[in-house]
Order: sequence, then structure tokens, then C-alpha cells
Amino acid sequence: MSILSVEGLGKTFGGLNALSGVSFSVRKGEILGVIGPNGSGKTTLINCITGFVRPDRGKVLFQGADITHWRPHRIARIGVARTFQVMRPFYSLPAYKNLIIPLWSPRARKEGGWRGGGKHGDRDTAAIDILEEIGFERDSRVPYKLASTLPTGYLKRLELARCLALRPEIIFCDEVFSGLSASEVASMLPLIEKLKMGGITLVLIEHRLRELFKVADRVMALQFGEKIAEGRYTDVIEDPRVREAYLGIEEI
Amino acid sequence: MKDLQGRKERIDRGIKVRSDGIYAVSSLREMLYLSGPRLLLIAGLLLLPLLLDPFPYWKRVINILCVYALLAIAFDFLANCVGLVCLGGSMFVGLGGYLAAVLNVHAHLPVGLSIPAAALAGAGISTLLILPCLSLRGVYFAIVTLMYPLLFTRGIEAFDLLGGSNGITGVDSFPGTYLENYIILLILLAVLFGLRRLLIADIGLVMHAVKDNDQSVRASGIDVVRIKSLAVFIASFIGCLGGAYLAHVYMWAGMSLFALDFSIIPIAAVTIGGGGVLFGAVAGCLILVPLSEFLRFFGTFRIVLYCAILTAFIVLKSEGLMAYCTRKYEQFERWADA
Repeated sequence: MSILSVEGLGKTFGGLNALSGVSFSVRKGEILGVIGPNGSGKTTLINCITGFVRPDRGKVLFQGADITHWRPHRIARIGVARTFQVMRPFYSLPAYKNLIIPLWSPRARKEGGWRGGGKHGDRDTAAIDILEEIGFERDSRVPYKLASTLPTGYLKRLELARCLALRPEIIFCDEVFSGLSASEVASMLPLIEKLKMGGITLVLIEHRLRELFKVADRVMALQFGEKIAEGRYTDVIEDPRVREAYLGIEEI
Repeated sequence: MKDLQGRKERIDRGIKVRSDGIYAVSSLREMLYLSGPRLLLIAGLLLLPLLLDPFPYWKRVINILCVYALLAIAFDFLANCVGLVCLGGSMFVGLGGYLAAVLNVHAHLPVGLSIPAAALAGAGISTLLILPCLSLRGVYFAIVTLMYPLLFTRGIEAFDLLGGSNGITGVDSFPGTYLENYIILLILLAVLFGLRRLLIADIGLVMHAVKDNDQSVRASGIDVVRIKSLAVFIASFIGCLGGAYLAHVYMWAGMSLFALDFSIIPIAAVTIGGGGVLFGAVAGCLILVPLSEFLRFFGTFRIVLYCAILTAFIVLKSEGLMAYCTRKYEQFERWADA
């Protein structure tokens, strides 16, 4: 069953076709990987779906509702969360206070479900719980440190935690593995799996194919704003167009 | 020689560390340490009219000081807690003043009703006017908010509205000078502590987050425009409150209520006092406003002295007086080996 489907999405910046009619759908509970060389329109795709950029053409359907041209906060409220490629934490707040913002949003307040529950639940405890789930050491000082003093690995997790606090149906991750060391990525992978087990659908935009292929159920390849392949990763990397566009023409 | 090689280090005072947690309530001394500065401010402000009783002129300075402090708090709140640099102070005062005068003179509302009513209506109008430019940032937003008071004065002048250049006369005054002083002092204290309460609540965090990164706030399912307009409403309510009060003190509302002083002096006060903590805004006004009154003695030369003192503050204590005092209160310095 598809949770989100995109039909003929197009966006032009000046004379540049960032996206020219991309269609695909995401099934509930799966992990979809999106790959493509630099400038192929991956981030624009996320921006168009989550409302940060207005698409020129096409439609976005989420659980049957047409959410094209909705404003970003409204899209977030129905459970479509996203991370940013360039991390955007609230630098002047401590890490756990970063989560108060999504926890304060109408969606999280309605869904409740944290300790204390309901409208006036204990958001601080809820924030620490989520951070622990995402790999912050609960009894250390890390959750209480200012976001501006945290290393990249934690900031990437904080981005994910901010999405989780919304209790999302689907998360779009814009390069969560980039800038991380191999061991940090290795510790992120189980986390991604865990989110999937929790029933969250994930769309991962990634440059690091080896890591992506470990978790992704399906992969979609973009080039020059067009979808050039889609399917199981073994099929996608065998596709001659993908090889030519992305992995180079020579034999690997 | 040792001093040259050593470096200064700052260490939290013992009492600051001890009074950090909830356990501070177990000791009177630590409770006093925490609440001392606040009590000092409250007591000092409330005693001011009594101490200045022999000087009627200075009792009137208290009033204008409090109005400036309200504007400085509003500016500090918008600029350092929500990230909107708003130069609309004179618009708030002007709107509040004119509305209070109209409500009092034409609608015959008593003072006790016309001030809150004018503040509410003024805040509503200001918010509506600022709403279209909320997506602007930094200096662009500042310029638009600076434009509105000019627009109002030219409008009043050109179309001879609301008494034209004569203004509206015959506004009721307060029954007594003590009441005049204490009303604005109590308003100031209520606004100061109320706003600080708001800022440590979750909605205050959301406002801080809007200043940090509005895109992430959007992605967290929160309508940034709504948060910003709420903040503008609160700030303009505070400013209009000051303006409405001023119209009743002067018993008159005229174009000079839109004077740019009301936009500029609060910024100078926040610069001197230090931004982001609201107390700094009040401290800045406590220094700047009496200073500018003292300097009246020098005639037109006072602007030069005023600027010199302002520059000295900015060069020598650029972190702001409040940040400096907080540091001294909470930490001590000592020489350590490098």
C-alpha cells in the first residue's frame, strides 16, 4: 500500500530544470533510497514534497490527500518529517530543549503518548527519552549541552530526533550519513532499522551507496531531474543508464 | 613576570554553584543570593517616588523613564528573543497615545479603561500593519517598521486628522502624582517579570528557536508567522501601554508622540544594558534617561556629551552592563599558571 505518491513533479529555477516530471510512490513501512549525482534534483525533490519549495507542476498525495502547495508546517503536522542536508539545529538551545519545539507543535500535543501524557505532559522528560532512543547517553551530560558545542555525529542524530518528536508517519532524510566516519555510520544503521521496525516509513537520500544498500528495500536513481531507474538495488546498479550517469562507464 | 605569563581564569562562586539546583530553598542565604537582585530592583523602583518626593520635576522623570523602559523591553524581547529588529517604538507610543486620547475625549472612557483599551487596539493595529512584512529579515524589517511612524505623522499633518498639528487636548489626567508614578511602575514590573516568565516557558523556547532557525521550526510543524505575529502583538501591546499612559500624563496627544526618540533611545538603552535578558533594557534606561536630564544643564551641547558617554559605554563595556554585572555576581577571577 502506498503512503505517499508523487505524480509528474516539476520545478524550474530560472532556465534550469531541477525536476522534470518525477513520479514515484513510497510503500508504507519501507525504506526507499534515492541516489543520483550532484545536482540531479534529490534535495529539490524533498523540498517540493515537504513544501519548502513550491513545485511548478505535478501532484503530491499523502495517504490519499493532495498536499501539493501546502505550507511546510501544515505538511509537518500531518506526519511528514524531514531532516536538512546542512544541519539546522537550534544552536543556542541545549540539545534536549531542541526537541521541545516539535513536541510543542499541535501534532505532538494531540498525539501525546509521552510520560505524563496529554496536553500538559512533561516535555523535558519526553525529549530526553527520545534522545536516548536515538543514541544520546541518557546519564551523561551530552543531552544538556548546547547544540552549538555538539560534534557532527550527535547533530545528525539530533536532526533525526527532531523528526521523531513529531511522531511522524514518514521521514525524509537528506544525507544523514554524509560527514560521518565509517564507525559512526555503522552505529547509525541499526538506528534506521529500528525506526523502520517502529512502523515509520523512510526515504533516504544518500551519496554513500554501500551503506544505503544495506538498509534500503528499494532504490530510485535520479539524473538531471528525471527518474532513470527504480527497483531493487541490485537491479538499479546494473542498469546501464545508472552506471553511465552515476557510477561511471567503466567496469567496477 | 608571573602576571605576564599567567592567565586569568574565571570560576563560579561557591554560592552560585550551591544555589543552582532545587536545594537552594534549604538555605536562607542561598535563597537571598538568588532573589536578592530582583528584590533590590523591585524595592528600588517602588521607593523611587518616595525618595524623590521633594523634587517634583524628577518625579515626572520617573514616568518617562518607565515608558522608555517599557519600549526597551519590547525592543529587547523582539530583537534578542524572537529575532525581529523592530524600530516601531514610536509607532507604538503614537498609536497608543492617540487611541487613548480618542477613547477618553470622544468616547468618555475613564482613565482606567482607556489605557488598556487603547493598548489592545493599538497592538491589534500595529500587528496588522507589521504582518505583511514579517517575512523580511534583519535590516529590511527594521526599515519598514521605522517607516510607519513617519507615515502616520505625515498623514495626520496632510489630512488634518485627529486635531492635525494641534493634537487632541483635554485628555483626563491621573488623580494624583503618586498614583501617576505607581501605576507605571507597577505596569513596568508586571511586564518585566511576566515576559521573563513567558520566555522560560515552552512558548519562549519556540520563540528563541524562531530566532535561531525558522526553517527548522517550520519543519517541526509550527507556523512561524503565527509565532512572530504573537510576539509582535505582545511587544506592541507593551509599547502602546506606554503611549496611552503618556497621553494621560501630558493630558494631550499630538504628533510628537510619534517622535523617533521612542524608537532610538530604547535601542541605545539595550546596547548599554545588554540584550536578551530584559533586565538589561531596564538598567540601560535607568542610566540613560536621568543622564539625558542631567545634561539638559549644558544646553544644546548635551547631545555631544550624550554621544560621548554612549560611545564610551559601547567601547568599554560592549558586552552590556547587565552581562558584566551578572558575571561579577556569579564568578570570580584569579591568576592561574599558563
